[in-house]
Amino acid sequence: MAPRMRSGSVILLLFVQFCFTLISSSLAASPGSGEGYSIHGRVKIPDFGAKGFGLPAKISNIKVILNGGQRVTFLKPDGFFSFHTVPAGTHLIEVAALGYFFSPVRVDVSARNPGKVQAALTETRRGLHEFVLEPLKDEQYYEIREPFSIMSLVKSPMGLMIGFMVIVVFLMPKLVENMDPEEIRRAQEEMRGQGVPSLSNLLPGAARSS
Amino acid sequence: MAMASRVFLLLFIMFSFYTELSFSLYEDQVGLMDWHQQYIGKVKQAVFHTQKAGRKRVVVSTEENVVASLDLRRGEIFWRHVLGSNDAVDGIDIALGKYAITLSSEGSIIRAWNLPDGQMVWESFLQGSNPSKSLLSVPTNVKVDRDNLILVFSRGSLHAISGVDGEVVWKKDFAAESDVIYAIGSVGSSQFDAYELNARNGELLKKHGAVFPGGFSGEMLLVSGDLVVALDANKSSLVTINFQDGIKFQQTDLSNIVGDSSGTAKLLPLKLQEIFAVEINEFVVLIRVTGEGKLELVDKLNNAAVISDPLLLSEGQHAVALVHHGDGKIHLTVKLVNDWSNDLLKESIVLDHQRGFVHRIFMNNYIRTDRSHGFRALVVLEDHSLLLFQQGAIVWSREDSLASIINVATSELPVEKEGVSVAKVEENLFEWLKGHLLKLKGTLMLASPDDVAAIQGMRLKSSEKSKMTRDHNGFRKLLIVLTRAGKLFALHTGDGRVVWSLLLPSLRNSACAHPTGLSIYQWQVPHHHALDENPSVLIVGRCGQSSDAPGVLSFVDTYTGKEIDSLSLAHSVLQVIPLPFTDSTEQRLHLLIDADQHAYLYPRTPEAIGIFQREFSNIYWYSVDADSGTIKGHALKRNCAQEILDEYCFDSRDVWSIVFPSRTEKIIAAVTRKSNEVVHTQAKVIADQDVMYKYISKNLLFVATIAPKASGEIGSATPEESWLVVYLIDTITGRILYRMTHHGSQGPVHAVFSENWVVYHYFNLRAHRFEMSVIEIYDQSRAAANKDLWKLILGKHNLTSPISSYSRTEVVIKSQSYLFTHSVKAISVTSTAKGITSKQLLIGTIGDQVLALDKRFLDPRRTVNPTQAEREEGIIPLTDALPIVPQSYVTHSQRVEGLRGIVTVPAKLESTALVFAYGVDLFYTRIAPSRTYDSLTEDFSYALLLITIVVLVAAIFATWILSEKKDLRDKWR
Repeated sequence: MAPRMRSGSVILLLFVQFCFTLISSSLAASPGSGEGYSIHGRVKIPDFGAKGFGLPAKISNIKVILNGGQRVTFLKPDGFFSFHTVPAGTHLIEVAALGYFFSPVRVDVSARNPGKVQAALTETRRGLHEFVLEPLKDEQYYEIREPFSIMSLVKSPMGLMIGFMVIVVFLMPKLVENMDPEEIRRAQEEMRGQGVPSLSNLLPGAARSS
Repeated sequence: MAMASRVFLLLFIMFSFYTELSFSLYEDQVGLMDWHQQYIGKVKQAVFHTQKAGRKRVVVSTEENVVASLDLRRGEIFWRHVLGSNDAVDGIDIALGKYAITLSSEGSIIRAWNLPDGQMVWESFLQGSNPSKSLLSVPTNVKVDRDNLILVFSRGSLHAISGVDGEVVWKKDFAAESDVIYAIGSVGSSQFDAYELNARNGELLKKHGAVFPGGFSGEMLLVSGDLVVALDANKSSLVTINFQDGIKFQQTDLSNIVGDSSGTAKLLPLKLQEIFAVEINEFVVLIRVTGEGKLELVDKLNNAAVISDPLLLSEGQHAVALVHHGDGKIHLTVKLVNDWSNDLLKESIVLDHQRGFVHRIFMNNYIRTDRSHGFRALVVLEDHSLLLFQQGAIVWSREDSLASIINVATSELPVEKEGVSVAKVEENLFEWLKGHLLKLKGTLMLASPDDVAAIQGMRLKSSEKSKMTRDHNGFRKLLIVLTRAGKLFALHTGDGRVVWSLLLPSLRNSACAHPTGLSIYQWQVPHHHALDENPSVLIVGRCGQSSDAPGVLSFVDTYTGKEIDSLSLAHSVLQVIPLPFTDSTEQRLHLLIDADQHAYLYPRTPEAIGIFQREFSNIYWYSVDADSGTIKGHALKRNCAQEILDEYCFDSRDVWSIVFPSRTEKIIAAVTRKSNEVVHTQAKVIADQDVMYKYISKNLLFVATIAPKASGEIGSATPEESWLVVYLIDTITGRILYRMTHHGSQGPVHAVFSENWVVYHYFNLRAHRFEMSVIEIYDQSRAAANKDLWKLILGKHNLTSPISSYSRTEVVIKSQSYLFTHSVKAISVTSTAKGITSKQLLIGTIGDQVLALDKRFLDPRRTVNPTQAEREEGIIPLTDALPIVPQSYVTHSQRVEGLRGIVTVPAKLESTALVFAYGVDLFYTRIAPSRTYDSLTEDFSYALLLITIVVLVAAIFATWILSEKKDLRDKWR
């Protein structure tokens, strides 16, 4: 920021604390720290612009994670990412992106051929020639509401109830008409004996029991 | 009528089959039963961006490694990034007016973020060998071809980085023509060296060195361009060092300036020209350096004062803000650096005293309409909250303490009082019907966007979820959370609002050096007796970082949020064991274990000791020492043998111990069952009408050890030299029930223990994938005994008989492993009121989402081709990987950034569990692992039911009338 700097000369105070350096030099001597190789890669999100549902692919919220959280980095606008000073060995890179399912990637950093990096998807065991990560599938976090249809209304319990009613009201008389007039007369007499018709009379099971 | 009810039953069965079995949510149901809150943590640094018209923002970095851009008007987050856990931010700044620059990981990574949307623009890695303090500076006057250069000093070298693309332009030097960089430092304790470097090519221009006879204490401050202030070796005098031409020392005794100098002095870094601060005797003394290294006292402030960085007002004029406390108010003063006697601004603001002292202040100015300077100040308080002051008032505040939750407990709300009617909610029938018609339209997908909004609003309003009383289903509760700042919050589960907050007075006591809160326990949960008492929680804290520091106890009423009582303990607190006994006021008995393995009983009442003595011989506990690789079982011996008889203190004896060989095994996880877990039944009916008996014991411990060589990160060991060994240990007898080795596997291990099973997650190096394993324990002896029909008839079956750990029960252990795609941050299991509902695992993935996975997928009885009977039982055919269904993410399309823990609490309704996930963000929802079989769903359409009934009744009447008419016609015929 401007206020901190004096116009004219740039002065940076560099506290080269030698005593501190002495302590830390033993740390620096241990293998691994300060040296290692770089892993460069790219995350490619296919353009699901016409998807219309779910999340827009927001590249700024995608994280790339090395070894289950040891290091976290973010994507540049063109999708590139890199990890530096990674020791030789076999590592795991994961991509955390909302709305997409990425396979973790097994990354072999070779010690013999310095800087040679081999990658393979662990989910599909597919080797990668180029270090370009693409989602295996996109993730829908919500159920999709079924659009309105007559069938869904009919299939709902209420619809079934109404349908049943309709059958009883309109089809039963038809059935009755096709019956033997003798039987109808007998049934009618029985009904008269019972008095006021009720719902149970309309049901076939109840009619049989009476 | 019986027939009709049978028809209804049939219909309901059809209805229940119609719904499919998985946790899922429609998009318009978001926010109905969940809430999500975003935080950033305690602000470390802040840079204002207010020059341009339009959105005024402040870019902050926090102690939770968050970089965020906040709206200066309302305090909302524009964008936010949570960096890795070991990627702490060292410096932030704004470059080119459009990029926020962050320097992190001890100065090795520099990133630029686009200010409007938070997109990372570039990232550079700075190499250097020596770890050292890192500095970031964005000078405005250093320009090369319209490119701003960013100067970074880190790892022992100086870098200039292009602001446009992050390229390292040069390493070790740069600046404009006349610029000279000074590198100064001390070698050993008394040698002082100054280097002059040409900024353009890093060429060494001059080197000075001199020896100060008294020696330095190590701290140094750059006061002006050519002057350094240091403290001498015994911290009693100040040394000013001028290094412009040669090195000149000048020593001034502190007592001459301050008056008395009995305490130890400490230099405080201030970024003021020619003024520095010394902290001495609870005071902060501001000292100005005048020409030739003369020192003069500027101001003396009490210790709670905080000074901001200077702010450039106009050429040569710098302003600073000072904040100090007094009589319940905050006094903000803005002064000019070179004119200390005048105040540019003096304001007093009344502040909620639950916020504590001011810790940091960042200042910004603006030009008022009358061309005078106005000031706004961003203040970070003791409780980690962030406030913006402007014109004597608080413009906005953020409770960022909630980003660092340590522990969570829950509390019931008060019971609804008589006389409060529910009728108010259902205003009138017409409104009610209209609302339901709207809902019906929604379910039939006929609603317009306006209608959808109306439905959402109505649902939120009418759901009564934010009422302050207990509800029938047990959904409304208080979440009591303890944060790293030592502040206690009560969050309402309905909408996540803060009901009360308390900066624990007992954790701020001056007697306590570095108080830290540790955990919360349920102290008093009144339900049967003592109903008029308010529930309370116990907060256990510690004075200082080491584990043998004395403990602090605090008791807080969860209804009022007031501290009832507090205790400063003489002993340390290593372990807290809530005992399964309560006294007559339903205070739970707690046993506190100190570093010397003494046990202390709380509450300290005669009644408690009476209850305790009865169970004296039945109290066992265990301790895990990961450093020495031992697990020990303990029991009580007798009262402490101390000079003063303390009848609440007990000696302990070691009952058993297990020592793991330190060369081959290292303990990385130890998990036991939740003590309050409810198990519905011990019996499990399996396919062929047989019964398996779960081995249910509260005293089982799951321990995971790994090879010490493989204790590092994933890339650090080969499969041959790494293994993971899991144990099941009975904590009463120390008996190892089960031991299994996973060759070629390593940690981190996340495990959860519930009922008779353990699920754990680890990394398989051979397959190079994560795996999850399940272990289930069954009681074989019980199964054999219960086969005896006579015993069953005579009532001698042992289901009700007490279990003893000393009776060597025969157990059968089944285990199975599966692949799991993601890394895991936390793992938990749902718990319900009666334990009838099937369980779901809640897995916090590396993407900061929470996945609900049915326990049925982790069943060791799964086979590739289950028989018909097994299929009917619900056994899923075996697959090598566990399925990840996107719809079963309980966090749906949200992220709980920096996820650290998942807590589940049973609701009163058996089908439902409440889930609270915390990290930098908070997320709450309720889930029903086997669907809500005991209540209607939220989107149940009452209107449709009503219409159906009306139609049915109308149809009955219509048919009745028709049949009457027909009868009449028949009669006339």
